[in-house]
Amino acid sequence: MRLQQATRCALFAVLELAQDPDRQISAPDIAEKYGISANHLAKVLRDLVRAGLVESMRGAGGGYRFSGNAKRVTLYEVVHMFEDIGSKPGGRPEGGDSSDIGRALGQVMNEIDETAVSTLKSITLATLLKLIHRNAAGQAGSRSKKDSVNA
Amino acid sequence: MPEAVGTTELAGDLVIRAAAVADVPAVTRLDSRITGMTKPDYWADMFERYGKRPNRFFLIAEGEGAGVIGFIIGEVRAWEFGSPPSGWIFALGVDPTARLNKIGSRLFEAMCGRLAESGVDMVRTMLARDDELNMAFFRSQGMMGGPFIQLEMSLYGFAGGHG
Repeated sequence: MRLQQATRCALFAVLELAQDPDRQISAPDIAEKYGISANHLAKVLRDLVRAGLVESMRGAGGGYRFSGNAKRVTLYEVVHMFEDIGSKPGGRPEGGDSSDIGRALGQVMNEIDETAVSTLKSITLATLLKLIHRNAAGQAGSRSKKDSVNA
Repeated sequence: MPEAVGTTELAGDLVIRAAAVADVPAVTRLDSRITGMTKPDYWADMFERYGKRPNRFFLIAEGEGAGVIGFIIGEVRAWEFGSPPSGWIFALGVDPTARLNKIGSRLFEAMCGRLAESGVDMVRTMLARDDELNMAFFRSQGMMGGPFIQLEMSLYGFAGGHG
């Protein structure tokens, strides 16, 4: 599953800022860190500000700061702001949808969509930050194991 | 009317311990408050099957002066469709008014500790896809989607089936 560019920008920005809600970071700094378009990110940040997930700080040393509740906001809420994931049946019909094959394929696609939606709904920003820290700790652990083997 | 969530702050220590037969009525009441269904026979049977045997764990969270405010049940299962022995958690309940006091986390940690002592190195569970509360809880504890997938079908039309 690939997320659209705007969604990826939003997730990188929100999660980067949520790691330390007291820290302000400029849009160009976030864009550089993740190799994403600064223009694209600026638009996405405006949407995140409107949604109350980040706030824009003016003046010298200004930038953006996380203002949401990381324990409550799920990945789904961020993703859903930028793309229509797991669209329910009943949307715009496409050719063949009402055929036997179309209906059966629709059942399978719905199963995939529902799994994707429930996965994204069950992971809060705080949970994803924990995963990032666990992964980092795991990598550090395996690096130090390798170092001791090589020593 | 649903109970207000997380309104009770625990006054004293929280004890996690193995369930005793005397806890069954309190667990039945707590489950009834959570699910809206009262199932005394089911909980008596759960205690018989999971409260007394090796590699099966029925744990209780007891708050000082608050009685039973949570429970968790798990066991070691082995070789289901090739799965090496692993821990399974299949019941978890916390008093809604006492949520946000890390009772679920303490129960989960205690269960993981007992399962690890039993010699397994993986813990699994299965949830309804739309059970957002429990799904988010287990995710927050570090659980991820695993290599098994749940499948089902209706038995409508089979011999002995209804219909």
